[in-house]
Formats: sequence, structure tokens, C-alpha cells
Amino acid sequence: MSAPSLTPSKAGRPRHSQPPPAGPPSPGGSFGRSLKRNLTAHGFLIGAVLCFAFFSWYPMVREFFLAFQKTDQGEVSWVGLDNLRTVFNDPAFWQAWRNTLLFTVLALVFGFAVPFVVALVINELRHGKGYLRLLVYLPVMLPPVAAVLLFKYLYDPGYGLLNELFGSVGLPEQQWLQDPDLSMLSVVIASTWMNMGGAALIYLAALQGIPGELYEAAELDGAGLLRKIWHVTIPQTRLILSLMLLMQIIATMQVFVEPFLLTGGAGPEGSTTTVVYLIYQYAFNFNDYGAAAALGLLLLVLLAGFSAAYVKLSRAEDE
Amino acid sequence: MSTRTLISPAQLARPRGKALYWVTFGGVVTLFTVVFLGPMYWMVSSGFKDTQEVVRTPPTLVPESFEPDNYSQAWNVMDLAGLLGNTLYYAFGALAFQLVLDVAAAYSLSKLRPVFGKAVLGMMLATLMIPATVLVVPQYLTVLDVPVFERNLLNTPWAIWLPSVTNAFNIFLLKRFFDSIPRELLDAASMDGASAVRTLWSIVLPISRPILGVVSIFAIVGVWKDFLWPMLTLPDPAKQTLNVGIYSLSNGVPVNVLIAALTMASLPTLIIFLIFQRHIMSGLTAGGLKG
Repeated sequence: MSAPSLTPSKAGRPRHSQPPPAGPPSPGGSFGRSLKRNLTAHGFLIGAVLCFAFFSWYPMVREFFLAFQKTDQGEVSWVGLDNLRTVFNDPAFWQAWRNTLLFTVLALVFGFAVPFVVALVINELRHGKGYLRLLVYLPVMLPPVAAVLLFKYLYDPGYGLLNELFGSVGLPEQQWLQDPDLSMLSVVIASTWMNMGGAALIYLAALQGIPGELYEAAELDGAGLLRKIWHVTIPQTRLILSLMLLMQIIATMQVFVEPFLLTGGAGPEGSTTTVVYLIYQYAFNFNDYGAAAALGLLLLVLLAGFSAAYVKLSRAEDE
Repeated sequence: MSTRTLISPAQLARPRGKALYWVTFGGVVTLFTVVFLGPMYWMVSSGFKDTQEVVRTPPTLVPESFEPDNYSQAWNVMDLAGLLGNTLYYAFGALAFQLVLDVAAAYSLSKLRPVFGKAVLGMMLATLMIPATVLVVPQYLTVLDVPVFERNLLNTPWAIWLPSVTNAFNIFLLKRFFDSIPRELLDAASMDGASAVRTLWSIVLPISRPILGVVSIFAIVGVWKDFLWPMLTLPDPAKQTLNVGIYSLSNGVPVNVLIAALTMASLPTLIIFLIFQRHIMSGLTAGGLKG
């Protein structure tokens, strides 16, 4: 456990006044009372702590060990950096990282910009806000299998609605999921549709917190719409925007379900193989837990920086 | 609504502004409806089409054929009743475990403040920094052979329930809420001789209903939406969740029947959402960024 010092200590700190240590110290009984209080407190805590111990903390430690071990028919042996070597020498390795990066960048372009614009638009409207908010969040509530298979039909080159739409405006039909150049983009579009609701609602809440006087002041200075967005809206929501940016990077780098369900994971010519899909393959198709753990460790190291930045920023927001 | 936004009210009050506003409004509402509701409408209506119509181009907006039989066929062939029952069982079990254990833990950390409480909370929050997908492999190995107890939890509901408790985000949300309950209230109760359990039950929980609602909905929806974990830990087809079951059967059934199945699998969470949407939305924006 290397990270506790990085965690937000704001959580441990009461927000308002520091409460006095329970009860005034009375000589004699204070030790017994404090023991009893602690026993009660730990009694309340124990269930969750055991669950964490077995299903979170122990697996965290085990991940590190696994990465340097090889399990062969129940025999565990230390292999040092062999697993990392296996992973590095896999031709799919670099492709998976490239694909994951492509997904992350595309998902940022769509998944970051689109919900912000959507929130801006909804916030400007004087009517129907509730309905629009509901619409945007609706897909988030679909089970992912339903949403993804739905998109599989929309993308279908034969009878899919998307090609129908393209055809009706005179655009050439596309082999969405079968074309290696388009498959990742198709995955991103589906993923954005499914997941953007949460981000849009958070932006909307942030936009509602901007004091109107700032816009008035900007208008007095002769600022137009775009300048107001640039000089008031964005600076005022900067913290939330950067938090969401970090959160999105962390989440999209771990993408698995969408490509797995849409293209079977690898996709045409391996064009949708992501890092997590590769981890999945090592562990559950090749039974090579060591390689899976080694690759997982690489992902962890890469994302640790973003996580640390996130924690730091969210602490800054709290103060 | 009198809060000032980007566009000034004066601008909107002018005839040109008004016209522009209504045009934009109409456009936005149409666009959003088509983009977000359109695919869902297509899903529900295609579930009623016959095999030829569902793959016809151009697609029909209103089904010409009407085969509600698809729905009953999907229900029977894919054993949706069984899958739905399983999913409900896992979801409400996970909810019960989370409500009891996470609430108790958050209460302890917030109000009882045990020794090492801060360290425990820190270690819980540390789990949020580890990418969830990285932990899937060692967690799966743990489920195969739980240390100390030496049990294999594969194909048992415990594999869903127990890990669902390790939700540091929920504990954090609850703890923050409990922190905001005035200390004096609890002191008064303990002065009257109420035990910690009693105080939690009769004072803290009634005040905390909004946050408990949010946590509950997240817990249920979390299990309902999960895919990878149940796919790994519940390989037995008779024990699977809706997501996994539909996925594994998706290649063997006609398109219209599968689409009918997707519609039915989507309904429960959509209904939960429509009923509790206000709570969900406020919970999202209140706690959505913390963690």
C-alpha cells in the first residue's frame, strides 16, 4: 500500500468545527470508556474493512506479486521481468497502446467537448430544460449490452440506420465496424452516446453556479458571445473542466466493454484491440496471469500520474 | 428562473432575439429527441416487427407488421425471467450489503472516530486511485480461492455482493453527509442513554434519507450495468445476469427477437430512472465529482 499519503485528507477532516474528543476526560473510567468506544467503533467498521481486505487491498498487493511470477499448474515461481518481456515482445502490444491512445484522444474530442456544448445550450434555453436533461441522461441508464448491441444494428452495413441516413443526404455508405480505419471512431461514437449524460449534467450544474453579474460586466466591455464564453464561462468552470478531463482520461484509457461488444474486442485487423482487452486476453484466453498483471502494472503506472493530479485538484477545489 | 446566463435578457426580448430563440429551441429539442430517443424508439418498435421488416431498407418508422410474439418468444427462448430474477437477486443483495456495511463504516468513521480511523479511510480512498480494470485479474483469482476461508466463490452471489461493498466512493459520500449532521444532536441522544446503534437508527438514518436514496440507486444501477465482472465470475448460464445472458445468447436468436430482449432488459433501469430521476440528478451533481 504505497498510496495512502496521497489520498484526500479532506475526507478525514471535518468541514466545520473540530469536535472535542468525545466526552470530558474523567479520571479512572476514561480508559475503560475509550476502550469501549473504540470497540463499538471498530465493530461498525469491521464488515466493510474485511470486504476491502479480501476484495480490494489483498488484490492490490497481489497484482504486484503476480506481475513478477509465473503460475504453471499451481506451481508459482519468480520470474523477475520475464512477464514484462513477454508483454513487450507481443506484436499486439504497441498496437493496443496506439489504439487505446486513439480512443482516448477521440473520446476527449467527442466525450469532452460534446457534453460541454450540450450543457451550454441547455443552460441558455428558458424552456424544456427538464425534458432535455432527461433525454441526455437516458442512455446512461441502459444496460451496456442493450446500448452496444443497439449500436451494432445502427452500424449494420446492410440495413443499419446510419447508412440509411448517410444515403439520404447523398453521402457514401460506410462499413462502420468492418473498416479498420473507421472501427475505432465508430466505437467512440457509440461510447459517447452511452456515457455523456453524466458529464453533461455535471457541467450544467457548474454553469448554473456562474454569477450573472460577470456576464453583465463582460457585456459592458463589449464582449460578444464567443468572448463571453472564453473569458467568463470557461475560466469560471475551469476547475470542474480540468477534473472531468482527468477523470475522462482515466476512464477512457481503461475502455473494454464497448470494443468487446461491438467488434468482439480485436476488431478488423486488430484495430480496436485496447490495452485492457489485451489484459483480458492474457488472463482469460491464454491463462497467463503473469503477463496480464505485468501489462496491468504498466497501465497502473501510466494512470497513477493522472490520478494523483486528480486528487490534488479535487482537494484544491474543496478549499 | 431569473438567473442571468450567457445571453442577456434584453437581447432575448427583442423581436429578432425572440425569433432566433424559438428557432434554436425547436432545433435543439428536435435534434436531442432524434439523437437520444431515436435509437431507443427504433429498438422498441423493431421489437414488434417481423423478421423481414426488421432488416428492410429503408426502415419503417411505424411497424407494419405487429408481432408482440417476439417479446414472449424472447422471454421464453432466452429465459429472460431467469436472467431478470438473477439480476434482481444480485442487485438487491448488493444493495443490502452496501447499505448495512458501508453505512456502518461511514458512521463509525464520521461519528465514532476509532483509532486508526483516518488510516482506514485513507486506505479505502486509495483504492479509488487504482484503475478498476487492473484489479480485475487479481480479484478474479481471489474469488477462485478466497484466502483464509479457502472457498471458491465462482458462480455464487457472494462474488457479486462482497466486492460491491468495497465502494470507497459510496463510503466517502455517506461520510461527508454524516459529517454535516450536528454533533450536538448525537450528543443529546447519547446523554439520554442511546447506544451507538440506536443513535444511528433513530437519528442519523432518518436525516440521511436523501443520501441513502442516492447510494441505493447507484448500488442497484451499478450491478445492473456491470458486464465484465459478472461475465467472469458467473460462467454458469443458469446464474448469469441479464447483460451476460443476452450477450452469450445474442448470436443464436433472430434479430427481432434479440431486439425485443434488449428492450425488456432496458426497461427496469429506465423505469427506476424515470421514477427517481430528481434524486439521481441531484445526487450526481452533488457527489459526481468527488472521489
